[in-house]
Amino acid sequence: MPDKLKLARQFIEAIPHAQDLSMTLAKMDAGEAVITMPYDERLIGDPETGVISGGAVSALMDTCCGAAVMCHPENGGGTATIDLRIDYMRAATPGQPITTRAVCYHVTRSVAFVRATATDDDTDNPVATATGAFTVEGKR
Amino acid sequence: MKRPEPVQIVKQRRDDALRALVGGVPYIQYLGMSFDRRGDELTGVLPFDKKLIGNPLLPALHGGVTAAFLEVTAVITLSWSYLWEDIESGSLDFDPSQGTRLPRLPKTVDFSVDYLRSGLPRDAYARARVIRAGRRYASVHVEGWQDNRDKLFAQATGHFVMPQRR
Repeated sequence: MPDKLKLARQFIEAIPHAQDLSMTLAKMDAGEAVITMPYDERLIGDPETGVISGGAVSALMDTCCGAAVMCHPENGGGTATIDLRIDYMRAATPGQPITTRAVCYHVTRSVAFVRATATDDDTDNPVATATGAFTVEGKR
Repeated sequence: MKRPEPVQIVKQRRDDALRALVGGVPYIQYLGMSFDRRGDELTGVLPFDKKLIGNPLLPALHGGVTAAFLEVTAVITLSWSYLWEDIESGSLDFDPSQGTRLPRLPKTVDFSVDYLRSGLPRDAYARARVIRAGRRYASVHVEGWQDNRDKLFAQATGHFVMPQRR
C-alpha cells in the first residue's frame, strides 16, 4: 500500500506541465491532495493588473484533483478527467502563490467524484472552486 | 456611393486588432497559442509542446492545458465578436504608436469542460460560439479537436461577465 502511494506521488511529481509551473505537492494521502503553485509572470492573464490567468488555475485544479483520485485507497492506479467545472470567485492577488486542496469524496467502481478549493494568502476567501468526475482504474 | 475599401486595408485593420488582443496576454504566449482568422471566424491553435504534457506515460496533453486552451479561445472569440463592429467601422484603432489602451477582456465566471478523449501529443484546434452575449453576461460554447474536425477531444461551456465600455 505505501508503495502504491509512493508511485502515485512520483507520477504527480513527474508531470511535465506541473513541473513547468513549479507546482509542489504538500500533501497526497487517503483521497486528499494539497498542491501549491508560485506566482509567475508568464501566467498573467490580465496585463493591466498582473492577475494570473484562469487557465493556469485550471491546470493547478486538474492536477490536484487527479492527485486526490490517485491516492484514494479505492483507486487502483492512474486516472483521467471526465469533466471538470471551475467557478472563479475572485482574481488571485498578484505576487501570491496559489494553493489548492482537493478531496476525492466519493468513489464508485468506475468514477471518482472530487471537490477542490484554491486560495491565495487570504485563505478565508477562495479564488476558485472546482468539482469534477474522474475515471477509476481497476484495483491491481 | 462610397467605394469599398481595398481588401489589404481591411485585412490589416482586422489583423492588427487581433494581434493587439492576443499579443498583450503573457499566458497566451506561454501556452504558445495563436489564432487563425477567416473573416470574423477565429480558430485557436495550440502547437504541441513537451511542457504541455499531463500524462508522460501515454503521453497526453494535460487536462488543465486543454481547459486553458478552450477558455482562452472562448474569451478571445467573445471579445472579438464584441469588438467586431468597432473594428470594422474604424472607431477602434489599434495603432501601437498611438498608445491605444487595449479593451479589457471578459471575466470568466465559470467554465465547465467535458473531456471526450485524451489529448494526443499533436497540435490542437478550437472554435468557440457565442451562444448569447448580453450587456452584462455572456454564455459561450467551445469545441476542441486535433486530427479530425468531427472527433472532438474536448468541449466546454463558460459564463462570462462582459467588460464595461471605456
